[in-house]
Amino acid sequence: MSGALLVEGLTVQYGGVKPLDEVSLTFESDVCGLIGPNGAGKTTFFNALSGFAAPASGSLTMAGTDLLAMNPAKRARWGLRRTFQQEQVIHTLSAWDNIRLSSEHTGGGRTAVERAVDFVGLEGLDRAGSALSMLERRLVEIAKTVCGEPRLILLDEPGAGLDAGETERLIGLIRRIPEEFGALVILVDHDMDLVSTVCGTTAVLDFGRVIAVGVTAEVLASAEVRRAYLGTVELEETA
Amino acid sequence: MTAVPQRSSRIAVWRAEKLFTVRNVALAVALIALFTAGPLVLGAYWTRIVTVSMIFAIAAAGIALLYGRLGLVSLGQVSLIGVGGWITLRVGHATELPFELVLVVAAIGTGLIGVLVGLPALRLSGLNLAIVTLMLAGAFEVVFNVTGFPNGGDGFLGRAQGGVLQQPLPRPVLGTTDPDYFRYVLVVSILMFLVIALHLSNRPGRAWAAIRQSEAGALAAGIGTVRYRLWALAVVSATTGVAGGLLAANAGLLDPISFKASQSILLFATVLIGGAFSLLGAAIAGFLSQGLPPLLDAWGVNGNLIFVILGLGMIQAITTAPQGIAGQLKGLATRLRNRFTQGRSR
Repeated sequence: MSGALLVEGLTVQYGGVKPLDEVSLTFESDVCGLIGPNGAGKTTFFNALSGFAAPASGSLTMAGTDLLAMNPAKRARWGLRRTFQQEQVIHTLSAWDNIRLSSEHTGGGRTAVERAVDFVGLEGLDRAGSALSMLERRLVEIAKTVCGEPRLILLDEPGAGLDAGETERLIGLIRRIPEEFGALVILVDHDMDLVSTVCGTTAVLDFGRVIAVGVTAEVLASAEVRRAYLGTVELEETA
Repeated sequence: MTAVPQRSSRIAVWRAEKLFTVRNVALAVALIALFTAGPLVLGAYWTRIVTVSMIFAIAAAGIALLYGRLGLVSLGQVSLIGVGGWITLRVGHATELPFELVLVVAAIGTGLIGVLVGLPALRLSGLNLAIVTLMLAGAFEVVFNVTGFPNGGDGFLGRAQGGVLQQPLPRPVLGTTDPDYFRYVLVVSILMFLVIALHLSNRPGRAWAAIRQSEAGALAAGIGTVRYRLWALAVVSATTGVAGGLLAANAGLLDPISFKASQSILLFATVLIGGAFSLLGAAIAGFLSQGLPPLLDAWGVNGNLIFVILGLGMIQAITTAPQGIAGQLKGLATRLRNRFTQGRSR
């Protein structure tokens, strides 16, 4: 396995706004969840990890490597992979080329592409990206992240736009990533079924701060987390 | 992982099928026919027109690469043709190098200058980049007007004062007559198209497509976006420099009036109409920019109406056919093929 990701005092500041405020977390292994209401700072956290948001303070280290010392492309070559909320499949390239694109810049090679394709079980590789269904696009995205030697994979709402059956297939794949590729996976999603099924541990952000972290089932049952998601009024009504 | 060998062999077959398609074979036959019979069929006048059209098609292919694959609007490509022409004339007059080597020098020189003036493209895109490149084209227009093009004289500028002293650059040995030069330009154009096509279908082309789709997505895939943008500028500028060299050798002299900034806009418009997402579109664009005005003249219509016609063509392309004429032709070919295969299966 790639080792733990240590996040210490991570703060991202845009003027007077702090999307992330002194976030300290340790992601140990396997698949970890990161949840929170809209605007909680989840995507900013991913952006800081992948180099698209420059932290005002704090540190990010994994396997003894200071991630902040590298630009986004170097982090990708080091082994950090990510997906975005908006899927990034290139319509004019074939499915195969979409996956190969990731591999050829991160040192994976042809074998890595074939292994990734085999892993996600994608067929019809010569079809253009524009001809792929939403599930197939998500599979291409997953294949891109596992190409080469991934160490840290950030999945930003990978289940968006999928129906229940398709999400089941995605769940199976995500759960197998750590075992098959040795990478630590951090998953952001609003689908609590997906998070609770896939993630052993989960952290919760609210207004840029960590409000809970621990075993997923316990975190999701926490009153503070339910308040952050549902709001105080709804909680009182439920009680 | 038992499925890997099967998948590999499938991919190999798929690649071979892609190479020897009906379309590619038909294209090869058409080009051979054009090479052998083109000047005979076209006649002297249209041979010269199509020769210049092919030269501009090379520049159009560069525009198509920048816009269609990278999303960059460059309105200064005709200026780069001028740069390539200037270098060709200057080096051609100053040395005894074979024309082919002079073309290589023009490609390298224009590539370097293109990268230098294209540096704003690293930070700009869309309308901002279009305006900056247009202003650079204006600056080149002024420079060409002030310096003129080398015509066999001395000094850095290579200008000979007085018509008697002017020396046109000789054409290459393999293309001294108009029909031979037509064939020469056809071969060089095919080579330049191949250079661009190889880039598009390989690692750089995929990286450019990723950058066009999303800069963040490209970076997340480990792509050095600055390096690949510079690479695109270098390739496009170099091939456009070759176009300038061919244009310079066509008449042996160049006139600054041919390299107005407005010509770059015209060429960009023809690329949009011809189709910015394929090299067929670039070939059509070359003819639209250089062949359409004399064609209008031949039909008794004022060739200056080209701006009006291309303006209407752009409106049509943008609103109803974003893939341009090339896209429409491809759509037609697909429909015909489907109808043919359905007919055979019945």
